[in-house]
Amino acid sequence: MHRSRRTETLELGTLERRLLNDFQHHLPLTPAPYAAIAEKLGTSEEAVIAALQELQGAGAVSRVGAVFRTHRVGASTLAAMAVPPEQLQQVADLVSSYDAVNHNYEREHRINLWFVATAADEKQLTQVLEDIEQRTGIAVMALPMLEDFHIDLGFDLKWT
Amino acid sequence: MSAATLLALPDAVDRALIVATQAGLPLVPRPYHELAEKLGIGADEVMQRLTRMQERGVIRRIGLVPNHYALGYTYNGMTVWNVPDERIHLLGPRLGALPFVSHCYRRPRYLPDWPYNLFAMVHGRSRAETDAQVEEIARLLGDDDRGHAVLYSTRILKKTGLRLAGRGD
Repeated sequence: MHRSRRTETLELGTLERRLLNDFQHHLPLTPAPYAAIAEKLGTSEEAVIAALQELQGAGAVSRVGAVFRTHRVGASTLAAMAVPPEQLQQVADLVSSYDAVNHNYEREHRINLWFVATAADEKQLTQVLEDIEQRTGIAVMALPMLEDFHIDLGFDLKWT
Repeated sequence: MSAATLLALPDAVDRALIVATQAGLPLVPRPYHELAEKLGIGADEVMQRLTRMQERGVIRRIGLVPNHYALGYTYNGMTVWNVPDERIHLLGPRLGALPFVSHCYRRPRYLPDWPYNLFAMVHGRSRAETDAQVEEIARLLGDDDRGHAVLYSTRILKKTGLRLAGRGD
């Protein structure tokens, strides 16, 4: 499974690393973007395309493309529940079974089940959360984003 | 250029473009031209629409999207902080600008169980690395840190329907 592989075992070359670190944003919006990147890095368009294919193939890059601000479309919220440990698997499976739930994590805390629910609008979102409460008998804490403080400079990958 | 592209919300063509690029841009010399051909519009319009969606904030960024897990960043800690409401506008952007923070949001408190109003997601390749990141945030907040907690994920139970991974070690 590629997810458990480490940076070291991916054996990324210098070009791959520079692409990963320097081009998480501002992909040129010009007719030949990979040629523009190649010029900045002092290499050829073919080499850039081959390196991107390599990175994608190895799973180090999930895609070359746009990152959308998802909460601008429809309604979504982070939600959390304090589930007794012996019921966790059962409740987690029930929560995951909703199409509206796209992330579901177990976390180390008394409030141990954390998920993101997304629906077409607020009303449907509330319905999903109420439905989960009713079926499990456990309170759902809705923690919608009130303000976004993140300044997106891309993720700083350190090579050691 | 049609008048519709001046509207604030994505129109049908924007949406078609979003769908066409969701799996990534084609890795060919002229990727925008290839998209344009699929959508039946000009390559110039593809580039203009992508630029405009970026300006409006519909698109955060365009570039390589790293898979943190594959790159060894298997530890993600949801750090939550109780900071004074009247200072959150000053403190939030400071946390949000840290290079190891991928998300930073203000969220509601649920007193008395949940006093935390500021969330920052941190990523590292080891528990020691994320612990050091938490300390750095605590130092940065100083007296404004009225209490915090770090919730490490022990299991991904669902992620866009197909991902199931442990911590990596």
